[in-house]
Amino acid sequence: MTDRTAETPAVPSPPLKERLLARLPYWTVPLLALAGLAAIADLSTWTTLTLAGLAMGMLIFIMASGLTLVFGLMDVLNFGHGAFISIGAFVGASVLLALGGWTASSSLALNLAAVCLAIAAAMAATGLLGWFFERVIVKPVYGAHLKQILVTMGGLIVAEQLIHLIWGPNQIPLPRPEALKGSWVIGEVVVERYRLLAVAVGAAIFLGLRWALVRTKLGLLIRAGVENGEMVEALGYRIQRLFVLVFVAGSALAGLGGVMWGLYDEIITAQMGLNILILVFIVVIIGGLGSVEGCFLGALLVGLMANYTGFLAPKVALGSNILLMVAILMWRPRGLLPAGKG
Amino acid sequence: MAEPLLRLAGLHTHIGQYHILQGVDLVVPEGELTMLLGRNGAGKTTTLRTIMGLWRASAGSVSFAGSDLAPLATPEIARLGIGYVPENMGVFAGLTVRENMVLAARGGELDQGRLDWIFSLFPALARFWSLPAGNLSGGQKQMLSIARAMVEPRRLVLIDEPSKGLAPAIVDALIEAMQELKRTATTILMVEQNFRMAQALGDGVAVMDDGRVVHSGRMAELAADQALQGRLLGLSLGAHQ
Amino acid sequence: MLKALLSEDYPRSRLLTALLVVIVAGLALAPFVFPGIRPLNTAATICVFIVLVASYDLLLGYTGIVSFAHTLFYGIGAYGVALALDAWPASWGAVALGTALGLALAMAIALLIGLFALRVQAIFFAMVTLAVASACLILASQLSGLTGGEDGLTYRVPHLLSPAFRLVDGKVLGVRLDGRIVSYYLLFLAAGALVLAMLRIVNSPFGRVLQAIRENPFRAEALGYRTAVYRTAATVAAAAAAALAGALMALWQKYTGPDTTLSLSIMIDILLMVVIGGMGTIYGAVVGATVFVLAKNYLQLLMAAAAGATAGLPLLPQLVSPDRWLLWLGILFVLSVYFFPSGIVGRLRGRGGEGGAPRG
Repeated sequence: MTDRTAETPAVPSPPLKERLLARLPYWTVPLLALAGLAAIADLSTWTTLTLAGLAMGMLIFIMASGLTLVFGLMDVLNFGHGAFISIGAFVGASVLLALGGWTASSSLALNLAAVCLAIAAAMAATGLLGWFFERVIVKPVYGAHLKQILVTMGGLIVAEQLIHLIWGPNQIPLPRPEALKGSWVIGEVVVERYRLLAVAVGAAIFLGLRWALVRTKLGLLIRAGVENGEMVEALGYRIQRLFVLVFVAGSALAGLGGVMWGLYDEIITAQMGLNILILVFIVVIIGGLGSVEGCFLGALLVGLMANYTGFLAPKVALGSNILLMVAILMWRPRGLLPAGKG
Repeated sequence: MAEPLLRLAGLHTHIGQYHILQGVDLVVPEGELTMLLGRNGAGKTTTLRTIMGLWRASAGSVSFAGSDLAPLATPEIARLGIGYVPENMGVFAGLTVRENMVLAARGGELDQGRLDWIFSLFPALARFWSLPAGNLSGGQKQMLSIARAMVEPRRLVLIDEPSKGLAPAIVDALIEAMQELKRTATTILMVEQNFRMAQALGDGVAVMDDGRVVHSGRMAELAADQALQGRLLGLSLGAHQ
Repeated sequence: MLKALLSEDYPRSRLLTALLVVIVAGLALAPFVFPGIRPLNTAATICVFIVLVASYDLLLGYTGIVSFAHTLFYGIGAYGVALALDAWPASWGAVALGTALGLALAMAIALLIGLFALRVQAIFFAMVTLAVASACLILASQLSGLTGGEDGLTYRVPHLLSPAFRLVDGKVLGVRLDGRIVSYYLLFLAAGALVLAMLRIVNSPFGRVLQAIRENPFRAEALGYRTAVYRTAATVAAAAAAALAGALMALWQKYTGPDTTLSLSIMIDILLMVVIGGMGTIYGAVVGATVFVLAKNYLQLLMAAAAGATAGLPLLPQLVSPDRWLLWLGILFVLSVYFFPSGIVGRLRGRGGEGGAPRG
């Protein structure tokens, strides 16, 4: 017994430098914020932009989290995720427009109730659609990346067309509820109310997801499955069921994000899902496929970058995110915090 | 003779275009530790993976306690009470030691008595209980992987080359732990290249070559017969001693 | 002669041969058999898309690379010609210079993308190219000083190609041989040459290595082929062909804008064409582009008629409304990936679900 303990090294704690390096991905967000401050050189503008960037980042995170887990768990790249975003937005808009009395009222409670109902309807619709999508579109092509990309892209096209069929060919204006319009001015800092709500919802989702992944057995299984699905099966769990669950949850989150994004832009189109999907992809790649924390970091980076460059050089806003992605991939070819395999 | 716990008959497995198992016949008697020996590429790992349902058998049967495993999916096979310690250990690096153990205990509750028993065999696991398993050393990961198979009573445990890449002192610890596990009358099928470990633990032995079992018998007989060892195992095992 | 032209890669199916003969003959005689501006425009579009889709097939079908940046190369080729003709008087020199610059830029970007993609996981490639393509689309719309922005560029083409030019006085077979007809035949011949060139590439030793990589990259690597080099070369070759297709389109339309060259919907069209036609066959591009462009132009007429006929019924008129043609093609696309992964050509060759389609 004694010589057995002798061969085990002391608490495996790598040297300080190594630990700092491992923490480096987490520092990218504050570093980018500082760089933004240096470039903008005006504290109140910077604060406004940073808040806007965080809000945008949170919204993107909501939509990207499901995609990254679906990929991590089953190696499935789902282009149809964009369809869930659009459909969520349209379902949510229908509910909000039907509850015109509530949204036009200046009561914050009624406004929030309307938004909550819209979100619930959107999540239910996209969750259900996600289940259908997984069973019918994705399941037959497990393990074949090329076919997955083609088939889910096809699903996206069909879903976009179905939106046109149901809601008509035109974009729909989606005004924010009364109490969420406008902004507070604190000193010289402009704080848009809706952005604050977006940050709150995004943070809640992130904390909720983290809690579920760390504290619940289901979460443990998902994290274990992302790392080594085969071993999870060998321990007696059906990873397939786990995957359907994550797929449905991810689709519902995309629907939630769609509603929130629609209210952010105050206009929704059938193509919005595909356009946002591009941002979502950038985020997921930056974060490292399969990692929820990486996805969160990536989303904040992209949100901040988009707002800083949108202010400094509006013409290259999206291009700047591509550059960000390229830079991060040059530094870490698998993204900031890739989910460990094996 | 009583029906063995596990019996493979005429088992064939293809991986892609390669024909790996070419008719494996193997019996694993209840309550014994059966050693599966053979040179690299003989099909030992594939045999374990086929039993676990991780590769599909293309022909032949795997009968376990009277039921046929071949048509079952991996989770169902595991639920019959079969534990698996894969060659790469299959430790979830991002999860803590505790979380790894919680997942292995399918009931969800860790049995404190069993846990104490495991800790007495592998004290390192108690020390690093709430650290990510990725921080463990190779030997500790192997201990965790075996501990996962011991956390609940299993009828059969498949262990793939536990000594691989480990220092002799750690191998001693593993041997001691396996002897403990044997005392619980757990049936074990173990793949091993390290003859010292095989000799110390094996009751029965089967030697594979080119996707078939070419010899089976008692470990003690093989250990005593230098000529047979030389013929069956050549230098590949001698080099490990 | 035929053997050399087709690089010994025959259609290998009587029906397919017949179909190809009909398509080629139809395109060759289009100005005379289907007179009028709209049919000629359709025929020209088919010619350009055959090249574009075949070049995409070089990537997707023969190499198993899913790229969404293909319209980028097409757009660069088109803008090369457009910018040259916008900046300089309409001369052949300007056309040549614009084409050459566009071609060089497209190949350089393809090289960069190829080298970059080597560093990242293969699965990233589709996502990265999608992001890059959309960024370039926005860039082209925003740099209005250079590209004309959303409105695009309208320009004059060399006199030989302009409608005012007369090849001969009077009419031949009832058709006036003006610059439009000359343009069309320029397009037709160039497209034919490019398709045959690509057929040559895929049947060369280089093409066979590409297919080996598609089937099993690890094995190809083990056999000593540097897969990265081959994949990058395929990307560059495909980009070059796409840029030339763009240049042809720019000459034909006398207009180049972001929506007609760079947009994602064109990328999706290409994807649909290559899968419906049959991946990994080049002939699939010919069939796919023809079927798709005809459907896009004429299916909508048919659907309009159907919508009119079902006007009184619920839902049905919306389902068959001509605006919804993409819905049906989308469904057809999904079904064909499942059930006919080798597309029309694979089907005609009688290999059903197996063979021509990549398994990746």
